[in-house]
Amino acid sequence: MNAPMTPFAKPWVANPDGYRVPYEVFTDQAYYDQEQEHIFRGETWSFVGLDAELPNKGDFKSTAIGDTPVIVTRDQTGQLHVFKNLCMHRGALLVRESRGNVKSFDCVYHQWSFDLTGALRGVPMRRGVRGEGGMSPAFDMANFGLDALRVEVMNGLIFASFSKSVEPLADYLGEGIVANIQRIFNRPIRIMGDYRQYIHGNWKLYAENTRDPYHGSLLHLFHSTFGLYRATQKGFTYMDPSNRHCLLKATASAAPTSASEDQEVYKDVRSYNTEFHLQDASVLAGRPEFEDRASLVINAIFPNLLIQQIANCLAVRQSITHAPNAFEIVWTLFGYADDDEEMQMIRMKQSNLVGPAGLISMEDGEAIEIVQDAVIRDGKKTSVLAMGGVHAGSVDHMITEGPIIGFWENYARYLKLGDELKK
Amino acid sequence: MSSASLLSSQSAASRKDKVSALAPDNFTWHGYSALETQWRVERLLSRYVACIDDDALERWPEFFVAEGCRYEIITRENVERGMPLALVFCNSQGMLVDRIVSLREANIYPQRWYRHIVSNVLIQAVAEDHLEVHSHYVVLQTRRNGQTSVFSAGKYKDRIVFQNGELKFAEKRVVVDTHSIDTLLVSPI
Repeated sequence: MNAPMTPFAKPWVANPDGYRVPYEVFTDQAYYDQEQEHIFRGETWSFVGLDAELPNKGDFKSTAIGDTPVIVTRDQTGQLHVFKNLCMHRGALLVRESRGNVKSFDCVYHQWSFDLTGALRGVPMRRGVRGEGGMSPAFDMANFGLDALRVEVMNGLIFASFSKSVEPLADYLGEGIVANIQRIFNRPIRIMGDYRQYIHGNWKLYAENTRDPYHGSLLHLFHSTFGLYRATQKGFTYMDPSNRHCLLKATASAAPTSASEDQEVYKDVRSYNTEFHLQDASVLAGRPEFEDRASLVINAIFPNLLIQQIANCLAVRQSITHAPNAFEIVWTLFGYADDDEEMQMIRMKQSNLVGPAGLISMEDGEAIEIVQDAVIRDGKKTSVLAMGGVHAGSVDHMITEGPIIGFWENYARYLKLGDELKK
Repeated sequence: MSSASLLSSQSAASRKDKVSALAPDNFTWHGYSALETQWRVERLLSRYVACIDDDALERWPEFFVAEGCRYEIITRENVERGMPLALVFCNSQGMLVDRIVSLREANIYPQRWYRHIVSNVLIQAVAEDHLEVHSHYVVLQTRRNGQTSVFSAGKYKDRIVFQNGELKFAEKRVVVDTHSIDTLLVSPI
């Protein structure tokens, strides 16, 4: 936990030819431990769930922030709480199920009982048995409530923070990101279910991947193979003022680009093909449902959330870390409570596009693992981020790696990596 | 934990309901005896998994009826929550074909060899036009480095019909116990 900072004094310099990140950030346990302390348990807001997952009083789910297990619950007044999933007595997991509904949280080890606001309500044999044993007279149950996190809910998204001093959620996100949350979570949702994807790689490779519009049409070949994708469609890259968060947005152009223009853009791409056609194109059929007619919105929120709208396929993706070389993506797909039956079927069919078996998203798991496998003994070597001008910030196109630089600048700031690393 | 508290979390009656009804020992279905029907069902399942494991995926859609088939890979987690989201959801043979063309031509994934083991084949119900069949499966995956692990375990819930002298899947629902998918899922189960 208290690893010296000097081992991190590595060449994170933004040369004119590229911003460079040493690969040891993906493999080194010391970085991982610092991230848990300064990012996941530091001055950030982490996503922990959707309030639609906990519709009833007494509902709970267990999840994690970084690798710290937490419980999200709705108490008898309807208030949401987030606690460490850790009994205040001897440290056992208080909740061992992933979801459920309870009147109280009762530890199985010695049956200490906590109410849904986290207060300790019962300690068996507290006064001893037949005058023998029992807790010390100095023991005060009021001092042993569950460790509670700060909680803020925005349009049904539940965020929690270990920090007492982090800015309010709306300020942390910034206006542009709040506007996207309001855009997608504009009315009650209906949860369709979860996917869980275990990746043998570092969570930050996914943070890079989700801030990387450059790879979209190059790694993910479903669209180009079936002659569907248009890299020339209009898009933009928005970053909040702190450059922590990123919003990639593409709009299906009203006038499709010409075949010759697509061929020119894709002339170096291994697979732009008009030979293959979908037998059943209903997988892509949909309805415009947003005024801006955006066909793709990928909104990465530091440190652990991604909000996506791909056509009518709506999802949140939560990253849970396990080790420097392992993390999990929990995908929750949803529609709206007022979806008619046809719209529910549209979303079911489009769900084929995303998730661990997603026709256009499965490659991300592989891309992360091949980096993780390659850099294992080359921690001092660096990547190079140069596409789009070697700086973070909003631009009116998607051919950039600027958002990844924004991520690393903030990462260095959170881990206090020193001024020499930022420039 | 004591057995008493295990029982208290779920009534004995509701557990009993979970044991599905079985088809009677003796029936005839499209002229086949119960024994021969069982044998034909098991042969269908064996051929189905051999098609996948032998990488003959272009033939895989042919195991399904041409019109109105349904193929789903869904986690037990979602099923138990009463939620519809499936990892793979196809409701036409064309969607099955598109999955395979995408796998062959578009998707990027690590080289893996799969081995399906199917067992506990039970004909749960016999109707004039279809059979309800449940079975267990395990998929082993061998990575390029030669190491083998369990990729997925779960249950097939199939609706099988008799069409032009052959047994076909009208519906195949793969209910996956292994709800945390190891990296990605590209090949059918």
